[in-house]
Amino acid sequence: MNLQTADILLQITTALYFLSMAGYLLFLFNQKDVYQRAGFYCMTAAVMCHLSSMVVYTVVEGHVPIQNLPQTLSLSALVTGCMFWFFNYKFSLKILGVFASMLLAAIMLSVLILPDSPVEKDAVLKGFWLYSHIILVFAGDGALALACGAGILYLLQEKGIKTKQPGFFFKRLPSLDLLDSVGYACLATGFALLTIGLVAGFVYAKAIWGKFWSWDPKEVFSAGTWVVYAALLHLRLYSGWQGRKSAIMTIIGFVIIIFTFLGVNMMIGGHHQGFTK
Amino acid sequence: MSKILLIGANHKTAPVELREKLSFTTEETMAALESLRKDPNIGECLVFSTCNRTEVLYVPKTGDQVDRVIEFISSFKKIDVSEFKDHLYIHEEDAAIHHLFCVASSLDSMIVGEPQILGQVKAAYRAAVSSKTTGVLLNRLMHKAYSVAKKVRKETGIGDNAVSISYAAIELANKIFSDLSQKSVMLLGAGEMAELAVEHLLSHRVKKIIVANRTFKKAVELSDKFKGQAVKFEEREDALAEVDIIISSTGATEYVLTCDQVKRAMKKRRHNTLFFIDIAVPRDIDPKINSISNAYVYDIDDLKNIVESNIKQRGKETVKAQRFIEEAVVKFRQWMESLSVVPTIKALNDKMTAIVDMECKKTLSSLKHLSAEDIEAITRMTQAIASRTIHDPILFLRNTGDHRNDSLYLNVTRQLFNLDIPEEK
Repeated sequence: MNLQTADILLQITTALYFLSMAGYLLFLFNQKDVYQRAGFYCMTAAVMCHLSSMVVYTVVEGHVPIQNLPQTLSLSALVTGCMFWFFNYKFSLKILGVFASMLLAAIMLSVLILPDSPVEKDAVLKGFWLYSHIILVFAGDGALALACGAGILYLLQEKGIKTKQPGFFFKRLPSLDLLDSVGYACLATGFALLTIGLVAGFVYAKAIWGKFWSWDPKEVFSAGTWVVYAALLHLRLYSGWQGRKSAIMTIIGFVIIIFTFLGVNMMIGGHHQGFTK
Repeated sequence: MSKILLIGANHKTAPVELREKLSFTTEETMAALESLRKDPNIGECLVFSTCNRTEVLYVPKTGDQVDRVIEFISSFKKIDVSEFKDHLYIHEEDAAIHHLFCVASSLDSMIVGEPQILGQVKAAYRAAVSSKTTGVLLNRLMHKAYSVAKKVRKETGIGDNAVSISYAAIELANKIFSDLSQKSVMLLGAGEMAELAVEHLLSHRVKKIIVANRTFKKAVELSDKFKGQAVKFEEREDALAEVDIIISSTGATEYVLTCDQVKRAMKKRRHNTLFFIDIAVPRDIDPKINSISNAYVYDIDDLKNIVESNIKQRGKETVKAQRFIEEAVVKFRQWMESLSVVPTIKALNDKMTAIVDMECKKTLSSLKHLSAEDIEAITRMTQAIASRTIHDPILFLRNTGDHRNDSLYLNVTRQLFNLDIPEEK
C-alpha cells in the first residue's frame, strides 16, 4: 500500500460521485425510480471508496489527511456524503440526492484540480481533540449544507405554489411540509454537531496554546456562524419562522459557512490557515 | 363476410338536450338489447350510453342495416328520426373499431384521460353478455378494447394530471401538507359545493371536519353527515387556529375572511401552514391573504387555470396513444380477415400436409429395404388419409348456411386446429 493507491481510490471516488450526479439528474428529468436507485448506489460506492482512500492514506502517513486545502475539502466531502446517506435513509427524500451529488461532485473535482502542495508535517496537527474538532465541525457543516439543499428545494416548490404556476418542479418535488421538516432535521443535527465540534476546538486550543479563545479570524467567523444558526433555531421554535423564512436563512447560513471555511483563510489569515492552503 | 358497425352521437356531435333524449338508462339498455337480439337482421350488438354519448355497436347479418338501427333508436326513444339523424356518426369496419378503442382509452371523452369511461364500457359489455347479444366478433373486439385501453393508461401520461377542480385542489393540498390524514378541514358554508368537496377529501381521510354556516342548523346537518363538528359562523376566526385547510363556498357578497383576521390567527397557530380553497363566486377569501407567509389561497379561477394547463399536457400524450390504437386496429383487422373461409381452408390444408410430410419422412428414413415404388405408394396413401380426414370439415365450412354464424365456426376451426395467426399479447 502506498500513497498512489490512495490517489487512485480518490479518482475512482470522484468518478463515482459524477455517475451518481448523472443518475440523480436523469431522475429529476425522467422520474424513473431506476435512475434514482442507480444514483444512490453510486453514491454509496463513492462514500465507501472515499473512506478506503482515507484509511490507506492514514495508514501510510500515520495521520489523517488534513494538511492542505485539497485534503480538508476531501474530508469534508466524505463527511457530507455520510450525512446524506444518513438523512436519505431516515427521510427517503430522494430528490435531495440531486443537490448532494452535485455538491460532492463539485468538491471532489476541485480536490483533484487544486495543487496538492506538500506541507511540512506539523506535530501540532494531531491528537484526539483535533480530530474530533475537525470531524464534528465538518459533519455539522455537511448537515447544514443538506439543510441548505432542502431550503433551495423548498423555495422552488413554494414559489410555484404561491404564484399559482405549478411548473417543472411541482410534480418532481415532495410536499412543502416534508421539505421543511427535513430541512429542520438537518439544521438541528448540524447545529448540535457544530456546537460539540467547536467545544472540542476550544479544548484543543487550551491544550496547545494555553487559552480557549485567541480572537483568530476563523474563530470569530465560526462563532458568528454558530450565532446565526442559534438565532434561526430560536426563531423557528418560538416565533414561527418555519417555511420560507427558515429556508432563506439556511441558505444564507451556508454561504457564511463557505466563507468561514475558505474565505477567511484566503482573505484574512489566522492560525487555521496552515491546512487550508 | 361479417362487418362491424357503430352508430352513435357524442358530446362533439350533439347538444346536451339531444344527448339527454338519446341516452339509455340501465333498464332501457337491457330492454333494447332484448329486442335487438330478436331482430333477424342483427347478428351481434352492444348498447353503450353515458351522459356524454349513446352508441350502438353491432354486426349485421346482411347488408349494413344502418337505417334499421336508426329507426330502432327512434322508436325506442320515441324521438323523430329527422331530429337526430344529422347529429349521428356512422362508422364501418376499421373506423368503427378505431372509434371504440378511442372511447375505451378515454381519448374521445369530454375530459381526455378521465378514468371512469373504461368501467362504463365494461358495464355495457357485461349487459350485452348477459343478454346474449355478443358473439365471436364483439367478444374479441371488446377484450381488445380493454387491453389497448390499459396499455394507453399505463404507457402514456394521459391519466397523470389533475383534470377536475376538486382533484386539482387535493393535489395541491398534497404538495403543501405531507400527510392529509393529520390535517383538519373547515367548511365555510354548507351548500352543495361544500358537500362535494368534502366527499373528495374524505376519500383521502382527513383528521377532522368543522362546518361553519350562517344558518347553524344546516351546519349541524352537514357536520352530522361527515361526523364532524359544527361551529357558529361568528366563531370562524377562532376555528382558524385549529384547522389547516379551509374550503369556502358561501353566498356572501363580501369577503368572509379578511387579511387581518388571518394574520391574527396565524400568530395563534404559530405560523403553521394554512391552505384556503375558495370555490365561491363572488370570492369569500381576501386574495391578499396569499401574501401572508405560510398561507396559500386558491380561488376557483386559479384552480381552473391549473386544470386547463393539465388538459393541454394531455394533448401531447394523445399522439402516442393514437399510435397504440392504430396498431391494435391493424391487428384486429388481420384477425378478422383470417376468419374468412378461404384462408381458413388453406391454413387447414397446409397444416395437414406439413404433418403428413414430416411423419412420412421420419418413418421412411428408417425403412431402408423399401423400393422406390413402395415409398411412392406409402406417401400417396398417407396424403390420401389426410385429405379424406379434412374433407368433411372443409365441405362444412364452404357450405355457408342461411342461419349459421360463419365467424363462429371459422373461429372454432382455427382454435381446434390451432391455426390462429400469431399475435403479441
